[in-house]
Amino acid sequence: MNKVPSALQLGIRRGGLEIRQFARQRESVVFTLLFPVILLAIFGSVFQETIAPGVTFSQYFVAGMIASGLVNTGFQALAITIPMERDVGALKRLRGTPMPASSYFIGKAILIFVSMVIQILLLLGFGVAFFGLNMPTDSSKWLTFAWLVLLGSACSTALGIAFSIVPKSGRGASAVVSPIVIILQFFSGVFFVFTQLPTWMQQVAAIFPLKWLTQGMRSVFLPESFASQEVAKSWELQTTFVVLMIWLAIGVYFSVRKFKWDRD
Amino acid sequence: MSLIEVKGLTKHYGDVHAVRGLDLTIEQGEIFSILGPNGAGKTTTVEILEGFRTRDSGSVSVLGFDPSTKGQQSREWRNRIGIVLQTSADAGDLTVFETINHFSGYYSNPRDVEEVIDSVGLQEKRDALIRNLSGGQRRRLDVALGIIGNPELLFLDEPTTGFDPEARRAFWSLIKKLRADGATIVLTTHYLDEAEALADRVAVINKGVIVEISTPAELGGRSTSQATVQWRDGDQIKSEKTDNPTSLVSSLSAKFNGEVPELIVSRPSLEDIYLEMIGGVDE
Repeated sequence: MNKVPSALQLGIRRGGLEIRQFARQRESVVFTLLFPVILLAIFGSVFQETIAPGVTFSQYFVAGMIASGLVNTGFQALAITIPMERDVGALKRLRGTPMPASSYFIGKAILIFVSMVIQILLLLGFGVAFFGLNMPTDSSKWLTFAWLVLLGSACSTALGIAFSIVPKSGRGASAVVSPIVIILQFFSGVFFVFTQLPTWMQQVAAIFPLKWLTQGMRSVFLPESFASQEVAKSWELQTTFVVLMIWLAIGVYFSVRKFKWDRD
Repeated sequence: MSLIEVKGLTKHYGDVHAVRGLDLTIEQGEIFSILGPNGAGKTTTVEILEGFRTRDSGSVSVLGFDPSTKGQQSREWRNRIGIVLQTSADAGDLTVFETINHFSGYYSNPRDVEEVIDSVGLQEKRDALIRNLSGGQRRRLDVALGIIGNPELLFLDEPTTGFDPEARRAFWSLIKKLRADGATIVLTTHYLDEAEALADRVAVINKGVIVEISTPAELGGRSTSQATVQWRDGDQIKSEKTDNPTSLVSSLSAKFNGEVPELIVSRPSLEDIYLEMIGGVDE
């Protein structure tokens, strides 16, 4: 008798399957991958002023778009699609096979990470080509960028899976999840310059990961001198790391302990 | 030891006692059908056996294993069973082959993917997207996914709902073939003709307990129950219940000088017996 395949092995297989399924849903591919580009085109055309010497609004906005892309692509998409999969009985069927829950989660994490990478490449390419986006030249900035995308993607995936237990049905999921994400984006300085927001809003935003991701992305795309204009007069990368790790832990805990495979 | 052993199983939801001290044994290699009206505790019982639900009390052993156990042991256990659930409409963007092939990767000793596609009659739909399958074809895909792991024990929940008569017959012969290959099959169905055609034994569940377990032919004393003889006498249809239908028929034959007009000799169908049984408990 052969052994059942390992959880990681199956997780990678599931990742491949998830990507294949995603790629065949043309509408959602276009929407997910191009939405940030469209937003950049709109905001970049409307707001042409500079925020600080050498910092255009587009430059500031790209940092926010990448950060909120992580939230949209991971948290929002999963918190909506997983209840749908549950509604049609797909999750219950998986539960009845030897595939462990962790493989399902790994598959989702792979899907989110891959679509995030494609989304970022499109956004950066478009920004450089049409909106004079300046790319960082310092390798340490790219390193920061890499861990932010990786950790942000993992955190967003885990929280999306965890939050999928909240909506009662797939149909109602979007109504529960989307407002949370939109409010979070406004509070976290994605659409506006963070320091211009009321203090209470800044304080609320500081509880959640998006504010930290956005600020971290600014540290990558804005000049070093801009750090003095942040609320804490610095990029606070260490705090960002800690906050994201805490949220990742919360997400993983609820995903593992509370995940719902069946409607009732 | 029997393949499935259930003793004193109970389960309640709030004030509703869905299962109230149920005992059941299912032997290796049989097709065992569970019958019962909606709300009788049928689904709850089967889902406890499948490891989808926890129980309140009682002992349950499926393939020598407690289905409520979690972790790696549970994976090894699931590797040996197949489950065909009632509804599913997932993965519309994958083809039949892709889906079955993917699921085959979950198991340690899966059946051959092409062979399974053939056996459920989906060869022509091998590369079709699942979203384009008909209801009956989807159901056959469900069955394919249930058997791809080469299970020792297969649970089938209302497997032929939405099948046309021809597809049902084909499905029945597939199930008999699986049994011939050594699998044990637990079938829940609303179709009594299906239970009759397939099952070696049937259990009737009502109000959370087993009413009777027997072969389909013997259920409710069916094989020894009175036969009904019906014939035409002039312009009247007459019928009589009797323990000795043969002698009644021969006396009728004598009376009519040979052929008895519109003669029918029947025993109660499984459905008659079943309805009587669950009606009886309802009182």
